[in-house]
Amino acid sequence: MHERRLGTWLFALGILLFPLIVHSNYLLSILIMIGFYSLVCNGLTMLMGYAGQISLGHAAFYGIGAYTTAYLSATHGWSPWLSIIAGAVISAFIAFIVGIPTFKLKGHYLALATLGFGVIVYTCFKEFTSITGGMNGFFGIPSIKLFAWEFSNDARFYYLIWTVVLLSLLFSQNIIHSRVGRALRSIEGSEAASDAVGIDIMRYKLQVFVYSAICASIAGSLYAHYVTFINPQAFDAMLSIYFLIMVITGGASSIWGAVIGSSVFVLLSELLKEVVPLVFSNAGGEFEIVFFGVLLVVMLIYMPNGLTAAWKKITGKWRTSTTLSPAAKGGGGR
Amino acid sequence: MKRNGQVLLTVEHITKQFGGVVAVNDVSFDVNKGEILAVIGPNGAGKTTLFNIVTGILAPSSGTVRFNGTDITGKKPYQIAQLGMTRTFQNLEVFTNMSVIENVMTGAHRNMKTSFLQAGLRVPSVKKEEKAVEEKAMRCLEKVGIAHLAYERAETLPYGNQRLLEIARAIAAEPALILLDEPMAGLNDEESRWLVEVILQLRKEGLTFVFVEHDMETVMAISDHIVVLDNGVKIGEGTPEEIYRNKAVVAAYLGEEETVC
Amino acid sequence: MEVFSQFIQLFFSGLTIGSIYALIAIGFVVTYNVTGVLNFAQGEFAMLGALTAISLSGAGLPLWAAISLAIAIVVLIGALFEKTAIYPARHSSGATLIIITIGVSFVFRGLAIFIWGTQPKSLRPFTANDPITIFQAVLLPQNLWAIAISLVGVFSMGYFFNKTYIGKAVSACVVNKFAARLMGIHPEKMSLIAISISAGLGALAGIVIAPISGASYNMGMMLGMKAFVAAVIGGLTNAPAAVVGAFLLGILESFAEGFWSAGLKDAISFALLLMMLFVKPNGLFAKATGKRV
Ligand SMILES: Nc1ncnc2c1ncn2[C@@H]1O[C@H](COP(=O)(O)OP(=O)(O)OP(=O)(O)O)[C@@H](O)[C@H]1O
Ligand SMILES: [Mg+2]
Repeated sequence: MHERRLGTWLFALGILLFPLIVHSNYLLSILIMIGFYSLVCNGLTMLMGYAGQISLGHAAFYGIGAYTTAYLSATHGWSPWLSIIAGAVISAFIAFIVGIPTFKLKGHYLALATLGFGVIVYTCFKEFTSITGGMNGFFGIPSIKLFAWEFSNDARFYYLIWTVVLLSLLFSQNIIHSRVGRALRSIEGSEAASDAVGIDIMRYKLQVFVYSAICASIAGSLYAHYVTFINPQAFDAMLSIYFLIMVITGGASSIWGAVIGSSVFVLLSELLKEVVPLVFSNAGGEFEIVFFGVLLVVMLIYMPNGLTAAWKKITGKWRTSTTLSPAAKGGGGR
Repeated sequence: MKRNGQVLLTVEHITKQFGGVVAVNDVSFDVNKGEILAVIGPNGAGKTTLFNIVTGILAPSSGTVRFNGTDITGKKPYQIAQLGMTRTFQNLEVFTNMSVIENVMTGAHRNMKTSFLQAGLRVPSVKKEEKAVEEKAMRCLEKVGIAHLAYERAETLPYGNQRLLEIARAIAAEPALILLDEPMAGLNDEESRWLVEVILQLRKEGLTFVFVEHDMETVMAISDHIVVLDNGVKIGEGTPEEIYRNKAVVAAYLGEEETVC
Repeated sequence: MEVFSQFIQLFFSGLTIGSIYALIAIGFVVTYNVTGVLNFAQGEFAMLGALTAISLSGAGLPLWAAISLAIAIVVLIGALFEKTAIYPARHSSGATLIIITIGVSFVFRGLAIFIWGTQPKSLRPFTANDPITIFQAVLLPQNLWAIAISLVGVFSMGYFFNKTYIGKAVSACVVNKFAARLMGIHPEKMSLIAISISAGLGALAGIVIAPISGASYNMGMMLGMKAFVAAVIGGLTNAPAAVVGAFLLGILESFAEGFWSAGLKDAISFALLLMMLFVKPNGLFAKATGKRV
């Protein structure tokens, strides 16, 4: 069995056993949050890490997923499963349409365009009050049912979200080690050279953008069904930047970067929420963003490829693996 | 002027202007199947620009390019590559974020089929295709002599090997024509000699080459046909012997080369 | 007459906000030209300037002294920012540098919460603020101050870059780093100067707007993003064009707010941003170039 599959199975086993060993609703709820973010970052890592295309607007897709499923299931009585799929389809469609002009842009301009897109969608959540409820929020989103089984408590929801995360990680991992994954990485490596070997760059950028939008949308939908109440502020530009922090912290040299980055982010914010008021009693609001700012700057200056890359460097597993030759075959790198 | 053989690439009255600069000025020539054609000329003569036009990176101001009978002027670079024309770059463009063999496997992109969905679900055909392409990539690396480095990260390769890697990646696409932009630049004598051997061997296997080179010894030794550019204008064309005898060429290019060195 | 006075009113408030955008946008353009960095922390300089000036004036300093000192402090912060975050990462890709500046903007915002809390504060107007009536439209002197100061800022920047030695040296770095180095100009030093100046311009913008719409820790982000839109309209490298873009944007927003909906005005500015990027990514006045291989 390949080393990378083994890791996945071990991880799945850990996920499966955790609630049986640790009985804490607080910890479960944290892991559920990590699950939502891991799902988003899984798609984003493919987009940013592997294909090298920055996005500062993915909170928009997270929000579109959340509002679509909220609107269809609460207002129109759709089955949540269907409304989640509907959200994903809408997100995919919007990503496709927006992506065509957007991915003609590079670097700075791409960053600005995706940021602008995020702000526009956020404003729509705020202003289209008849559908979204505006700043008052959207109440009464039903929970998800599978036959008679209702994902209403944390333990059940935990299994639901992590099943989806695992499936998406597996999907991404399969992509990376294939013709498509190489095409994506070649775009980051050198657009001129990928053109020269016949890779339709635009097509792959769009595909991975749509994929990342679907991941974010499903995560947002599940989030909506989990918290049952959403409001626009949960989907503003800050969230897009938080996603960015997670992806950068985790890094893109392995698909696990998404999970690691999300975990670091969620755990750090929980920790800061506990510790900061003890140290600085007068600090209210989102004081903790100082730490995320510092984290971002330090990561990018000293560890630009994220924690997973740093780990690989330390353990000397620099050689990349392919189907026939898992990293195990090569042994130590440099 | 007419050579025997089947024409693979036709460059017809190509002109390219950058603002006021005419980088390529009304250049025409043919490349025959199975031949090695050299494009020479002093720095800034327009050689790279010509390559960029042929491969679709730049659109010509006027003129047409025909490849294998089809008009490829105005086609996108990847479309031209898919028709069977690949290239290497004067300033290396290796995928530094991949291993050596993955670079070459990426080169085989156009002959593979796996789609996004198939790849994600890893249907059985994907596995088969992956295995086949990895073996093929290995053979390409063997041809250029760096198979032992297959699982190294591409960015750790020394300069000369990166040049060879670009060639391996180009042949993995199973093209009919390869354009090499100054393949010997920065190589030492031994590496250059090996590269010449590689090119000659690949030609024997049926590949056609167009290459840009400053080292006249190599050019004279391996090319069947030479096109000379100066200031964007084609000032001469012919076999190595003809080029030696061409006064305009000697005056404008070879003479200048000698005074410089 | 009713509509006409409303028109004048909106036009003036558009000019006011436009002048704020203009000051910040010049900072963007100067920074981008010299360092190649798209500085997302630029708007935070406005926030820092405004809140510092408010604190200093609250501590009893005369207004002019509070303002000058606040600008000086923000210039120093700008220099520190260049030394600690931009300089060490100067060889990174454009996207990495953008994200670094986002990180820095978080740090500024978080520190502002720590120092000033989350409640909005306000600065007293520069002069007696009795409304002036023109064609039945009511204008405040502070609006005139804002417009006048930003125009002075714009013209003195023009003078600085075209007439003074340091300014010319900075411009030379934009045109050709290598040649500039041969002339004995250090691009690194120029980067420091450019970012410090931009910080000062940002601070000035924040101070000017503070008496009109108040100041709080989170005012920088939107101001910064709007100034981006203005700079993009001008093509990102052209300061006078960015100023024109800033006034256009300010007026457009003001009319969108007056005649349509305050909530949607942001969406309109950013729709304009996307349209510019998609249709004319190099601004209203430029031509495209690509990477050479
Ligand atoms: N993208 C571009 N924009 C403007 N001018 C260009 C561009 N590309 C090339 N040129 C100009 O066109 C002319 C030909 O350049 P080109 O790179 O084709 O020469 P070359 O023959 O490949 O030279 P070398 O031997 O140095 O590689 C030069 O004067 C160059 O400055
Ligand atoms: Mg060249």
